[in-house]
Amino acid sequence: MAVSITQSLIDGLLMGGVYALAALGVSLIFGVMKITNFAHGALITVGMFVAYFMFAQLGVSPYVSLPITILVMFLLGYGIQKLTINPIITAPSHNQLLLTQGLSIVLENLLLVLFTANYKSISLPGFDKAIKFGALSINKPKLIAFGLVVLASLGVYLLLQKTDIGHAISATSVQREGATLMGIKVERINAIAFGIGVACAGVAGALLAPIQYISPTVGEGFQLKCFVIAVFGGLGNIWGAVVAGLIIGVVESVASLALGGSWSEMVIYLIFILVLLFKPTGLFGKKTR
Amino acid sequence: MLTVEDLYVNYGTLQIIQGVSMKIEDGEMISLVGSNGAGKTTLLKTISGLKKPESGKIIWDGEDITTLSPDKIVARGIVQVPEGRKLFPQMTVQENLELGSFLKEAKKKRKDTLEYVYEMLPDLQKKAKMPAGSLSGGQQQMVAIGRGMMACPKVLIFDEPSIGLSPLLTDIMFEIIRKIKDSGTTVMLVEQNVQNALRMADRGYVLEQGHIAMEGKASDLLENEELKKSYLGI
Repeated sequence: MAVSITQSLIDGLLMGGVYALAALGVSLIFGVMKITNFAHGALITVGMFVAYFMFAQLGVSPYVSLPITILVMFLLGYGIQKLTINPIITAPSHNQLLLTQGLSIVLENLLLVLFTANYKSISLPGFDKAIKFGALSINKPKLIAFGLVVLASLGVYLLLQKTDIGHAISATSVQREGATLMGIKVERINAIAFGIGVACAGVAGALLAPIQYISPTVGEGFQLKCFVIAVFGGLGNIWGAVVAGLIIGVVESVASLALGGSWSEMVIYLIFILVLLFKPTGLFGKKTR
Repeated sequence: MLTVEDLYVNYGTLQIIQGVSMKIEDGEMISLVGSNGAGKTTLLKTISGLKKPESGKIIWDGEDITTLSPDKIVARGIVQVPEGRKLFPQMTVQENLELGSFLKEAKKKRKDTLEYVYEMLPDLQKKAKMPAGSLSGGQQQMVAIGRGMMACPKVLIFDEPSIGLSPLLTDIMFEIIRKIKDSGTTVMLVEQNVQNALRMADRGYVLEQGHIAMEGKASDLLENEELKKSYLGI
């Protein structure tokens, strides 16, 4: 029993890392432009397919092609923001929801056209064997995914804390007018922040690609999970999202051990409802916006 | 020289600025005074490009800057220290100051300007690593002024810098503004504190319900009976 609980904690933590990175993107985007990106799940899928494409066409492992995935996804996010989000940036939030939800449908169907609905997978030779620690076994792609997630989050942290662009992003998220008066182009910062958020989704997708099957609609499950995690961590609080992601990963894994797989999702949404009822600003949220 | 020509600005259907014309010569300090709701902040927002006018022009050194975006206006050297400071509270004092020099030209001189700002506002150096939001109101106002200076402004516009400050701090702050002016920066001071603002300035404008009610040498305005009656309560 102790072994299976430890095993499920480890599995949960490793998956939680991937959730954390994806949700960090949702929270960053919300923090800067007060828009919930309901296309995030679809963008995770796009990340998967970018990695899959490079694997299938060029034989490059998703880990090696990760920098290209980051670049492609950043540019995609930047473009999406400029073309579709920016025009509705001051629109009522239900309209923004419709737009990002619509984007999600467009992206999914684009993937269907390009890659068909057939399930795909990436199998990396040598990566299918688990690492054994006594009775515990650790799935290699999940471990690598976790390591790279930590690196990616660290990268986002350094970008936000140590660079002028990062400071401008933080400044814009708390004090739009003050930032504008310093000569910061808020529209450009919005697009960059959206690009970074989408790149986070893309990295999560690329790292999930060797772990699970790939299909154009697989992101839907992640969409709601990312949203739940971002709210749990306090929308706009990206480090809250990271912590919440790890928690949700562990809860999901332990719940599926204790109650069975079909219950684990329910536990997550139960937590979501409780958070909304009792602490709608999230674990670390301070103020309501 | 910064010139405002027959400016009209609306908020929705409400006409806030109704035909304002004014000019600020290089190196000059002017005060724009007026009561709450006279349109002072709207006028400044229009100069900074945050708000587009219905008609009229804003000219800087012969160039029409009326339709330029805010970042282009900051790049020309027209910088605002906004009302209510509008700092980035979770960031440190130094990070706030550094963001003042976000644009290319100012960034090149960042190190030197920062040294200069710390020299002028030594209190800020002691608080450099503290979150700006944790400072007192007076110190936050100094950060806002320092942040404005970091942009290497040719014209520095202060919007109600004395708001919420004690009389002592107000004096200190006006002294800093005078130093900034003496260093060669053109200053536009927008205040409700009419007497203090006019005492420091070369010239003054009185804004009333969206138009200029009086203008002239600051010392003359201070002697003006009408102004005395309505603003100074003498």
